[in-house]
Amino acid sequence: MQKQLGAGLGLKPAHFEAALESKAPGLWFELHPENYLVDGGPRLAWLDALRQAHPLSLHGVSLSLAGDAPPPSQVAALKQLVDRVQPALVSEHLAWSSWQGVYLPDLLPFPRTHEALLRISANIDAVQSALGRTIAIENPSHYLHLTGHDWDEIDFLGELVRRTGCGLLLDVNNVQVSAHNLGYCARSYLDRVPAEAIQEIHLAGYSQDPLLGPALWIDSHDTPVSPAVWQLYQRLIDRIGPRPTLIERDGQVPEFELLMAEREQAQTIQLDAQCAGLAVAA
Amino acid sequence: MMAALPHDAFRQAFAQALLGPADDPMPLQPGNWAAQPGFAVYRNTVAKACIDALAANFPVMQRLVGEAWFRGMAAAYLQAQPPRDGRLLLYGQGLPDFVTQWAKDRDVPYLGAVAQLDRWWTEAHAGADAVPVSAAQLSALPAEALAATCLQPHPAARWAWFDAVPVYSLWRSHRESPQADPLLGGITWQGEGALLTRPGGTVLWAPLSRGGVCFLAACNAGRCLSDAAAEAALAEPGLDLAALLALCLSQGALTKG
Repeated sequence: MQKQLGAGLGLKPAHFEAALESKAPGLWFELHPENYLVDGGPRLAWLDALRQAHPLSLHGVSLSLAGDAPPPSQVAALKQLVDRVQPALVSEHLAWSSWQGVYLPDLLPFPRTHEALLRISANIDAVQSALGRTIAIENPSHYLHLTGHDWDEIDFLGELVRRTGCGLLLDVNNVQVSAHNLGYCARSYLDRVPAEAIQEIHLAGYSQDPLLGPALWIDSHDTPVSPAVWQLYQRLIDRIGPRPTLIERDGQVPEFELLMAEREQAQTIQLDAQCAGLAVAA
Repeated sequence: MMAALPHDAFRQAFAQALLGPADDPMPLQPGNWAAQPGFAVYRNTVAKACIDALAANFPVMQRLVGEAWFRGMAAAYLQAQPPRDGRLLLYGQGLPDFVTQWAKDRDVPYLGAVAQLDRWWTEAHAGADAVPVSAAQLSALPAEALAATCLQPHPAARWAWFDAVPVYSLWRSHRESPQADPLLGGITWQGEGALLTRPGGTVLWAPLSRGGVCFLAACNAGRCLSDAAAEAALAEPGLDLAALLALCLSQGALTKG
């Protein structure tokens, strides 16, 4: 039986033993498949062991869904890993990251045109067909005012859901950062995301740009989740009910116990929402 | 208002602006995104991710040359050979040759070879799994059968001989002790061989003689043990074959193929 997904953590190699031993209810771990697409060795052995202890989520960063069709060999390698670790969740980003075979390791923006919508729909279709399962698409952080959009982001994501059957991974910190950088209301954005499509939520910390200071926020993942993001998260959960939630931390990574304490905050909000749901149902 | 660029034209302009020199004048685009302060976030993220990956993949080389020099070289390598694979743990396949070319006219002839050993650590770490042959398995064979047995190098094993420079000693010393004297005063400047293996979950390394390098190459070419041993003895008169075989077995360097 699939274990209930509560609040999870991004898997850090340094925390592997502690992750394996933790018995926290609802705990799960997310990892980038790119770090595990190898022929053999300890990385795959870690995953084989960890998947026996906790549900896993594969969160891709390099499929470049807003780019050219992902190479079949890349999708086949992902499929092999999916078959091996049987993840509870698989996700990617609403972004592109390769151009003419060159990998550009970032989640790059684009004007949300009809042409882009068709392209991304086709790419999601191809990936989902190859994997034999749906994937969730994450809203990226924005740093640029682009022109030429035919769609706003939520309608664009909603249309991808309608056309491909994919789910959404809603990153609350990305909404907070993008709303600040582009000048819109994070609460209004979150209130409009279709609840039934949200398969997973991400929470993380942000920082100010080292040169521009408060004028530009960076989705840096190197600080604890901010109080403002916790408030947005609480509001979101009050609206949509409990959803698997991940604390992301990639820089200035603290001890496992400190991350677990931060994760406990999300777990408590999840449990409260579950209880509220049960009370309503009763 | 200008119309949006078609999707791929937008991506092309964006990719060129990301990878080109920072002071390259960009033609005016709709929305003039390249002139916005936020564009630097993408430029910096892409360059930093690539250079950080090279620093992680070539740790001994970075210790030898220092962080500032390494990151300058890595930025030049990024311009010449940007990654073509989302798996950045494998980025840098061409770096040893790139460094060798770069170091040709400078007084650091060993740098490319040190980078090669760093690269082999990654290849051993991520290489395919296989069960190594054990000494017990071989000792159970009658002498004639043993001589006629063909063994293959383990798929994660890497080995080579380096002429004139103690590359293995340099690499091993810095790999095992980050605080090592950069050029190891007192080291004997002579050629050395190296063997990297990963029979289980951990990468192992050991010095390998000229005959040992020849022996593994012969096994890799499909020779049986007696032929491989003969070629090795030819390359290194006086080679202790029993000790060589013991080394290969203890390092998990051989499989049944």
